[in-house]
Amino acid sequence: MNLSSSTLTTTLPVTGQAAIEFRDVRLGFAQGEILRGVTFSAQERETVILLGETGTGKTLLLKLASGLLRPDSGGIQVLGKDISGMAESDLLEIRRQIGFVFQEGALFDSLTVGENVAYRLHEDGVDDEEIESRVKEVLRFVELAHTIDSLPSELSGGMRRRVSIARALIGQPPIVLYDSPTAGLDPITSQTIISLILRLRDVYGVTALLATHRLQDGFALANFHFDPQAKKVRRDSSPESARVAPTRFLVLRAGRIYFEGTPDELMKSPDPYLRRFLI
Amino acid sequence: MADTPIQAAPQEARAPEVPSVVEVLQDLAKTSVLKVQNYSKLSYHSITNLATGPRYIQDTLDQMDDIGVGSLPIVLLSGFFIGAVMVLQTGTQFERFGQASLTGDIVSLALVRELGPSITGLLVAGRCSSGIASELGSMLVTEQVDAMRAMGTDPSRKLVTPRVLASLITLPLLTTISVFVGLIGGMVASVLSLRINATTFWERAIKILEFSDIMQGFSKSVVFAFILATVGCYQGLNVRGGTQGVGRATTQAVVVSSVLIIVSDTFLTKIALYLADKFF
Ligand SMILES: Nc1ncnc2c1ncn2[C@@H]1O[C@H](COP(=O)(O)OP(=O)(O)O)[C@@H](O)[C@H]1O
Ligand SMILES: [Mg+2]
Repeated sequence: MNLSSSTLTTTLPVTGQAAIEFRDVRLGFAQGEILRGVTFSAQERETVILLGETGTGKTLLLKLASGLLRPDSGGIQVLGKDISGMAESDLLEIRRQIGFVFQEGALFDSLTVGENVAYRLHEDGVDDEEIESRVKEVLRFVELAHTIDSLPSELSGGMRRRVSIARALIGQPPIVLYDSPTAGLDPITSQTIISLILRLRDVYGVTALLATHRLQDGFALANFHFDPQAKKVRRDSSPESARVAPTRFLVLRAGRIYFEGTPDELMKSPDPYLRRFLI
Repeated sequence: MADTPIQAAPQEARAPEVPSVVEVLQDLAKTSVLKVQNYSKLSYHSITNLATGPRYIQDTLDQMDDIGVGSLPIVLLSGFFIGAVMVLQTGTQFERFGQASLTGDIVSLALVRELGPSITGLLVAGRCSSGIASELGSMLVTEQVDAMRAMGTDPSRKLVTPRVLASLITLPLLTTISVFVGLIGGMVASVLSLRINATTFWERAIKILEFSDIMQGFSKSVVFAFILATVGCYQGLNVRGGTQGVGRATTQAVVVSSVLIIVSDTFLTKIALYLADKFF
């Protein structure tokens, strides 16, 4: 794998600014309010694990963060811009800074894998040669170079998820939102996806917001790191690597942030609700 | 581990309220107004999108192929037989008065002003309005539309405008072809059953037509094209409730666009006759 090549490495300035910030965000539907005042922020280069039971509004929260939905009230800032009241045409611009990995992949089913991944570059009018080389490179990164001409329906669920990650990755976005990337996958495939996500974090230095109902996904991201020199994923829970690629947990419950803290704090919490995630 | 399903936190239970008749009617009125408003917005943007980029030319060409070339067989076939049956029906009536040669005139007028545009419009609505609704609806429920938005593409530009434009370009052409084939069908029928000379039929059929007749047919086909494409897009992009919703939207698209075509036909005819009277 050629990870150090030019198109994949991004050198993001670390400004110490919040990449994503939610202030008292509320959102409801006919059946009632789902998000009831959510406040949190994700710093640049941070990985925030959004933990919550199914139906607590994780997907809604990610869609709010990319402007696909609008909050009923409250403010959302992305990369320093307030997106909650922004016109759709300006949002389209902001969304180019955000990679979104949908829960079910949401691949265009009438396009091949290669065309799916190339979609954004086509939109931007990048020339064909460059598109081809970048698509191949990103597909190599997710280890699916051989599927470039397949249709999404010919792939397994895990492969589709990886193609979706490749598609989110091609525009080299500084922020990536993962919606339950391991939901419905077997443990081994889940592991492949998680190691892909942590490689992405350690190679690109992206800010990530990852929704999941599985605690082990979060711990894997906190305790494992990708070593670009050795080109290997290894266990490493040293304070040094936690500082370079910090991981934080948010627990969503009944429409609010119920817990916010480091993996250690979550492990040691005596709270009975949180302990239910741990067993 | 945490993979075990946990019950979702119970929402506060609310006392079930029995809505009054007035409330139900009010809700109904509100949702209808909202629907009309959303449909108007979609239709308006489908055209105004053309003023500024990005424009999706390749998508428009693909849609023209699908709507235009794809509908050609049914349009040819039905056009021919509509022309023929018109001759059989009217010809026997005219024969009674010994005016069989008038058949060409009347069939030509009927085809150009009325039957060509409306039959073609209804056929293409049945084929394409439903096709558009089911395609866009499936894309919506599988989050492909959201994925598009998430990648910075405006679905109105990428999905709606190419379909509306393709329909606006191809339906008038299809209508022209349908009328032409209809006249041929009429000619064949009149030669075979009314013993009218083919050239007589053809000459009379062409000679009777005035500019206003052609304009009437053309403007109808443009309006029908707009209706069938925008209704298909609207139904597709407003699917509620998964796969079942897609099925409902597909049926709904055909029903609504067909009814709108027939209703608008009446008004367009009235307007066209009035204008023809005034100006031509
Ligand atoms: N478009 C919608 N209309 C009505 N309710 C919705 C809609 N989208 C989501 N919901 C509701 O919001 C809640 C949270 O959904 P979601 O964010 O998908 O949960 P999850 O945490 O499993 O991702 C669910 O109870 C769902 O019923
Ligand atoms: Mg979800």
